[in-house]
Amino acid sequence: MTTTEPVTAADGRDVPTTARIMAAWVETGRSDLDAHLDVHGPLPVPTHTDTAWADGLVEAVRAAGLTGRGGAGFPTARKWDSVRAGHRSPLLAVNAMEGEPASAKDRALLSAAPHLVIDGAVLVARLIGAAEIVLCVAHDRNESAESVRTALVERDGIVGGPPVRLLRPPGRYVSGEESALVAWLAGGPALPQFRATKSTPLTIRRRPVLVQSAETLAHVALIARHGPEWFRSAGLPDAPGTCLVTASGAVDRPGVYEVELGTPVGAILRRAGLEHPVGAVLVGGYGGAWLHRDLLETPYAPGALAAAGSAVGAGVLAVIPASSCGIAETARVAAYMADQSAGQCGPCVFGLPALAQDLVHLTRGLGDRQTVMRLRHRLGTVEGRGACRHPDGVVRLVRSALDVFAHDVDQHARRRPCLGWNHKPILPIPRSALISVGRRR
Amino acid sequence: MSITAVTLRLRVNPVACDGFGYCAELLPEIVAIDEWGYPIVATDPIPAHLLELARRAVRDCPRRALLIERISPARRT
Repeated sequence: MTTTEPVTAADGRDVPTTARIMAAWVETGRSDLDAHLDVHGPLPVPTHTDTAWADGLVEAVRAAGLTGRGGAGFPTARKWDSVRAGHRSPLLAVNAMEGEPASAKDRALLSAAPHLVIDGAVLVARLIGAAEIVLCVAHDRNESAESVRTALVERDGIVGGPPVRLLRPPGRYVSGEESALVAWLAGGPALPQFRATKSTPLTIRRRPVLVQSAETLAHVALIARHGPEWFRSAGLPDAPGTCLVTASGAVDRPGVYEVELGTPVGAILRRAGLEHPVGAVLVGGYGGAWLHRDLLETPYAPGALAAAGSAVGAGVLAVIPASSCGIAETARVAAYMADQSAGQCGPCVFGLPALAQDLVHLTRGLGDRQTVMRLRHRLGTVEGRGACRHPDGVVRLVRSALDVFAHDVDQHARRRPCLGWNHKPILPIPRSALISVGRRR
Repeated sequence: MSITAVTLRLRVNPVACDGFGYCAELLPEIVAIDEWGYPIVATDPIPAHLLELARRAVRDCPRRALLIERISPARRT
């Protein structure tokens, strides 16, 4: 693994060697087209692209081992294989929806490196034969939308297409789920669709749609310039490259950091000014899992996190201090996630509020061992029975809370709640209940 | 098990399902009902003697939320 020894930028500012996506921002403090071209060079695409060029880029990304940065971590080149196998010209949808309240990476990307994202979109569109690109920014994210508009205006007539259209779907938690986004693009509400087989391609009236997260596309834009070996020169052999992480909660310098995969979670958080004493870290997002403070040095990579009962997810690292109550925090998140259900599937619509209610009882010392048993049973009932992974994420989160905060759960179940339940909330809970699922006009 | 036998299982489309419960009435061996009235469908292959009932459940579901799908050998775990 390469070191993270600081490299001095032209103006004397120390920059970590992991600044790849963030290189232009870190080195120049600017995100305009000139800064982007100065630091990264031109978009590496011939005027007329053919199959040979497309195959070359696909193989480069495959060799680089890039996996989706949207949460599922699916090998990117393999996702392209299925779209390219079709006959109709696909649509490329850039997912910059960022439904995760504790994530800010899409905002950071569009603010600091919009041209890398759009470069990546153009490259992928060309290689899958898409004549159209839509870039989806949530309806309530006006700053990000403005950054995109500015970038598109800068590129007009200077950098090649296909053209990118900025669209503004509603910003509910599930609107950024792949099938929900496609449903909205097709003219319906942004609700996840049931697919009998997960590998069934998403379509809009028979036209295949490829959804790629903004961060994944930024990496593609860099691999196209520098090649797979360069990409692999950071990170681990089975988890290559860098990724964006949002550090928040009990840290001095919350924000989005670009890190090499494999960096210990603790090291990332110390870079963000980790405050002690640490309670626990929520990893991945609100559908992610808690990481015990004893496992803080776990490498930030899919394999290592999985072994610790966690996952990379949306790149969230939210720290709660020891003075907080992990059960109270989990209860709040569970209630939010219940509220954010698409409302389509019984086990989710009814199950998530029931889970949240059990957690609230536990938090306040109103629950007992029966409550915990019922909670565990309900977790098993809810899991896997929705059309999308929303309920599964909540199940994962709550299971991890029962594990990581086992001691607290035990105390709370004996009607001896800790003082932490009165602590000010750490994890952000948006007041988004008023946002409807919306229909695209 | 014959290598030419096709293995089928029952599945529910949870978006379409509204918890009517006809399926659980017809096939208690395969479908249980959760505390909120929604079906928990066993993932095991449908026994041959229940196949006709399963097809009836699919036909009679008021929301057409049930489907019978083929389990490919690779997934038969």
